[in-house]
Amino acid sequence: MKVLMFGWEFPPHITGGLGTACFGLTKGLLKNGVEVLFVVPKSYGDEDQQAVRLINASDVRIDFTNKMYQEYWKQLTYIEIGSNLIPYVGEEEFQKMTAVNTIDKTEEHSSVFSQQYTFSGKYGKNLMEEVTRYALVASTLAGSQQFDVIHAHDWLTYPAGIAAKKISGKPLVVHMHATEFDRSGDHINQNVYDIERKGMEIADAVITVSNFTRDIVINKYGINPDKVFTVHNAVEHNTGDSDLVIERNVKEKVVTFLGRITFQKGPDYFVEAAKRVLDKDKNVRFVMAGSGDMLNRMILRVAQLGISTHFHFTGFLQGAEVDKMFLLSDVYVMPSVSEPFGISPLEAMRSNVPVVISKQSGVSEVLKYALKIDFWDIDAMADAIYGLLHYDALSVMFRKYGKEEVENLKWESASSKIRDVYNKVIFKN
Amino acid sequence: MRSICFYFQVHQPFRLKTYRFFDIGANHFYFDEYRNRYIMRRIADKCYLPMNNLLLDLIKEYGSAFKVSFSLSGTVIDQFERYAPDVLESYIKLAETGCVEFLAETFSHSLSSLKSDEEFNRQVSSQVELVKRYFKQEPTTFRNTELIYSDTIGAAVANMGYRTMLTEGAKHIMGWKSPNYLYCNSINPKLKLLLKNFRLSDDIAFRFSQQSWNGWPLTTEKFVNWIQEIDSDQETINLFMDYETFGEHQWPETGIFEFMKTLPATVFARSNYGFYTPAELSEKLQPRAAIYVPNPISWADEERDLTAWLGNDLQNDAFNKLYDLEYLVKNTPDQQIQLDWKYLQTSDHFYYMCTKWFSDGDVHKYFNPFNSPYEAYINFMNILSDFIIRLKDMHPVNRVEVQEQQAPREKTTIKKTAKTKVARVKTAAKKTTGAAGVKKTKTADKASAAKTVVTPATKTKSSGTTKVTLKDVLTMKKTDLTKLVKDIDLKTLYCALVGADNKVKKSIITHLGKLQLKSYNKLFAENLPVSDSDVEKAQKVLLARIKQLLA
Repeated sequence: MKVLMFGWEFPPHITGGLGTACFGLTKGLLKNGVEVLFVVPKSYGDEDQQAVRLINASDVRIDFTNKMYQEYWKQLTYIEIGSNLIPYVGEEEFQKMTAVNTIDKTEEHSSVFSQQYTFSGKYGKNLMEEVTRYALVASTLAGSQQFDVIHAHDWLTYPAGIAAKKISGKPLVVHMHATEFDRSGDHINQNVYDIERKGMEIADAVITVSNFTRDIVINKYGINPDKVFTVHNAVEHNTGDSDLVIERNVKEKVVTFLGRITFQKGPDYFVEAAKRVLDKDKNVRFVMAGSGDMLNRMILRVAQLGISTHFHFTGFLQGAEVDKMFLLSDVYVMPSVSEPFGISPLEAMRSNVPVVISKQSGVSEVLKYALKIDFWDIDAMADAIYGLLHYDALSVMFRKYGKEEVENLKWESASSKIRDVYNKVIFKN
Repeated sequence: MRSICFYFQVHQPFRLKTYRFFDIGANHFYFDEYRNRYIMRRIADKCYLPMNNLLLDLIKEYGSAFKVSFSLSGTVIDQFERYAPDVLESYIKLAETGCVEFLAETFSHSLSSLKSDEEFNRQVSSQVELVKRYFKQEPTTFRNTELIYSDTIGAAVANMGYRTMLTEGAKHIMGWKSPNYLYCNSINPKLKLLLKNFRLSDDIAFRFSQQSWNGWPLTTEKFVNWIQEIDSDQETINLFMDYETFGEHQWPETGIFEFMKTLPATVFARSNYGFYTPAELSEKLQPRAAIYVPNPISWADEERDLTAWLGNDLQNDAFNKLYDLEYLVKNTPDQQIQLDWKYLQTSDHFYYMCTKWFSDGDVHKYFNPFNSPYEAYINFMNILSDFIIRLKDMHPVNRVEVQEQQAPREKTTIKKTAKTKVARVKTAAKKTTGAAGVKKTKTADKASAAKTVVTPATKTKSSGTTKVTLKDVLTMKKTDLTKLVKDIDLKTLYCALVGADNKVKKSIITHLGKLQLKSYNKLFAENLPVSDSDVEKAQKVLLARIKQLLA
């Protein structure tokens, strides 16, 4: 079986959960005997990469010198297309980011690996144009390749997937890593919504990263439930490097929020819960790590509540700083308002930190050793934090079983479910 | 005639309300009044009242040929009193027929048999008191919470004077043996054992409405045929089940009431069985053999063990922390403390913390107020934290310390300063008394002047006293008291004072040095579990010192 996959960024240029997920599941598919033709939009210009980095706090590190990884490259056909497409970016942000690039430049490049493709053309002037242009390129590409099924990740590649389906007549699987509702709440961008919906309607099967997302796909996009399948994400397993030892300089317990400080992540509920805990117990410090459009409001609110001596902002953290933050933490809280999956609690648990997560997250469907609360239920959140800090049996239990639980979430098994979906659509046609 | 022995378990816990950590120290009411009333009313109307009436009619119809037995927990009787007096009345009517045996059990449907003999005894006697008061019966048969049984529990029950006990006919203890005989305890053979026939019991209690079961639909004819097929030398079929089976677990639409209504007639017409109560059987039958149960069993789940209540770290932690308070509670005469302590012991609270079934624990979800075992644990621990604060508050020894802790929580600043002042004076008093330990008695007297609570020293008792008791410290000289506590092993002192009179405690503890007091309080805060023998030993040591000083 061979799949033409329209995916995202690949190592070493990984910026967020989507790239990590694509990487993980591709690797898993190869292990399950599926050949992958991997097509990625490739942007050049390091500022852009930086810009993306700023948006995504959950940066997962992968060992690139690892033998497995090199094996993996040998099996994979990797195709890059010159494009400025970046995941998680809205139209306005896209314009801001691409403004620094000189427009009308002609790109010709070759990939580092044996296969070479050259493509010359102009970058699109706005995001929608770029998506369309990417689809055109993709479809020409599709005509020249042999494959059994097409797999497209998130809305930016859906037009490419649709075009490839039209040209080749092969079945299309689209993968919803996040919906427009997760990104924008109820104030959605109609263009994006339309593309998502069209992609899912034309697709032979839709894969969602959680039942939480599946419900949104069915209820808010009106997609036929029979063709929507949930395949939960998994995690990459760090090997070795857990010897990092950190000396704690504060004697208080530390409760951490780590992520983009945006509406979607629910930072405001974290602040309110912190106030409730601090009213009762001053032996706790709260840390909000990350940046985002709600940061200033959060700082203001912390000042209003008069808890600033026990509530700290770190700004954006990455790489080793993230690991260090986890090592310093006693409790990790993810109060997301709407989280299709949410990989950061898994990273916390891997570092032996007990977690409190919102029920409005996909990851809550796969975790047993986690406290689950409604994001809006500040009292319950505060109580969960207090319980983890004060009643040792609970945190001991979470540490004891949590790590194991996370390590059992394997890409290999997720990918075998994806292979089953491929089989279904291939034999249906 | 062979026998069918029905025993119905009737129990409802006092479910806890959502109790957040910020309620600790502020709110001392722990129970979900609304939910408890609602559930009791619902079950009363769906099960207790209609089923009691049905049984009453059967007894009227068949006279003493139809008999059943009940075990009612103390908490469910409390709930009848409060929310459903009509149910209590109908039980009294059943009792008056003389065809219903009421069994003894623990008041709170608790797990105390696994932890403390003394508490176990206390719990049983307070439940028995209720049975006597309402049903005018003195139980001779015992059944433990969830049919929990082991050799040693059986022996303890025999020591309490019970002749018969009910438990589960668990496969792993029975082996090839049949549950359809009378057995006895392996330590004390005087205690007879009746074992649940779990297959036939569960056919009624669990499988009755299961359409996928090949026995469905279960008619009385079919059931009687089954029991007729059992070897004719097997003597008794023990059908033990939750009473809520009728009308609540199995809805009326399943035909469960009709089944019970016609069962006696079918049994009398088509079989050589009759209906007996456990007490009757224990008279009528001879025990066949002793049953060996070194590790506790229960009637729960496939495993028939204790893991539903004490299977994970959360349950064990909550359970141990609760029972660590036993001695402290016993020495606190406050009525509300005593009642809360009982209600908190109810096994259901630990059942809700079970992590064995994350997804499909249907039985475990039954009226479970919590979404997850973790929430159940946190909620329980929040309540327990408040309970501990109340206990220590009432314990005069630590009053000073507690006030200091509480002071910052006081609302009005005036009150606050007043309180802390008092506290400061008191600690100052303690400091000086501490110093007195090494210096002169003068300072000690000053301290006692500041502290009016201390009983003034009266004349020394005549040295001729032969028997010395702890009360003698009340009449000892200050100097002697300081001598008494000088260099004393604090653990011994702590143990010796467990259960001692408060005045005695006060007069000794106020003479402790500063460091001594600190370590004493530490011991106190740890809630060290102390056994009776520890107390006895420690008291001997202390009394010897007192005697020496008095002489």
